[in-house]
Amino acid sequence: MTSTAGIIRSVCEGSIRAIARTLTRVENGSPDSVDILDGLFGKQQGFTLGVTGPPGAGKSTLVNRMITRYRSTDNSVGVIAVDPSSPYTGGALLGDRIRMQSHATDPKVFIRSMGSRGHLGGLSGATRDASCVFSAAGYSPVIIETVGVGQAEVEVADLADITLLVLVPGLGDDVQSMKAGIMEIGDIIVLNKADRNGIDQLESYVKASLELMPSTMERPEVVRISAANGEGLDELWEAIDRLLLKITREERKNRSAIQTLNGILEETGRNFSEKLLDVEYNGRDAAERLILSGKASPYAVGKKLLAAAERMFQHDEC
Amino acid sequence: MNRKIRVLIGKPGLDGHDRGAKYIARALRDAGMEVVYTGIRQTPAAIADAAIQEDVDFVGISLLSGAHNHLFPEVARILREKDASDIILFGGGVIPEEDIPGLKEAGYSAIFTPGTPASEVVDFINLQMEKRQ
Repeated sequence: MTSTAGIIRSVCEGSIRAIARTLTRVENGSPDSVDILDGLFGKQQGFTLGVTGPPGAGKSTLVNRMITRYRSTDNSVGVIAVDPSSPYTGGALLGDRIRMQSHATDPKVFIRSMGSRGHLGGLSGATRDASCVFSAAGYSPVIIETVGVGQAEVEVADLADITLLVLVPGLGDDVQSMKAGIMEIGDIIVLNKADRNGIDQLESYVKASLELMPSTMERPEVVRISAANGEGLDELWEAIDRLLLKITREERKNRSAIQTLNGILEETGRNFSEKLLDVEYNGRDAAERLILSGKASPYAVGKKLLAAAERMFQHDEC
Repeated sequence: MNRKIRVLIGKPGLDGHDRGAKYIARALRDAGMEVVYTGIRQTPAAIADAAIQEDVDFVGISLLSGAHNHLFPEVARILREKDASDIILFGGGVIPEEDIPGLKEAGYSAIFTPGTPASEVVDFINLQMEKRQ
């Protein structure tokens, strides 16, 4: 099962071991991962649901409920749960499974924990690729749970078809919820822990700040739930289904393709820059030394790389 | 390539004392590893399934209830049955000296008893990874 074609076949057949190993390959950026993803991309069948929100908002508990919901209709459910990696050691403690134990031995539930590995934005660099692997293997939905986010980790909204922003009472005053960015990424805003004090206040803050959104933007639905005791979940499922009906399969596919391209362009740009650094400066380390010793500014380095790239293309045209 | 050592720490059986498990999980994290912690009261089947889905290099089982002679080999058996015997097993907890040879025979590469410094577990894992490459 080492050939790329063999791996792709095993993943599409739903082999748990093959999927698990492929996820490792794409996460580690192993040399054959691009070919594998190239083969899997067109075979994707699932839709994706993103779940984001601050730490302790109850994201994992809600994901556990979502798994139950989609298992009741016999869907296979894939979960990618991202937790932060330490920027100092690179290590990570991945504990999201703890709250999803009720599905521990269900063969149609596949939970994969990922460290963010230095990637900012609330996901890991390989989340998109992992979602592609799950979707091609027949998992639908693929649920993506982000790290506990602050105010700028909005990346999941680009990746998922529908994003749930989970908020809870007591995490900050109304000014927090008026900050741009985080409030705009949710297709549905889930107010969790509805049994707690402060839930009415939270709801009025959230609704008031949504009132201020420009009328050109789609306003998210606001749903109150208690993920722990099950209250309000039916309304949430209905809200998700309503939104899913609004986007066609075609639209989902196109959006996913363009978003994937964006990610790849970024990565290609980085790789290309590294290559230019090798040519122009004898490597990144040497360029960094120049900057640190005050001989060149980072902007000067950027200018030189751009000029080198332009020269290169002129040569090609001749 | 951005390879990370992945370890699953599992806590089977009925005792809820997971300080040891969490202590080791944190120490391995601080040594730069990715550590999946499953939480307490897991069945051997749940631990084995999680290890396969997470594609870990190591599974560490912690147990203080005294049921290790039953539960430890059970995790090893299920992993073998699911064609995942390449995952390296180690165990920890209140385990009498005389039980250790039997657990090693059942597939455990190391058993760490109370008082073991966390660095010993880190060294064990790093050594096993070197051997594998």
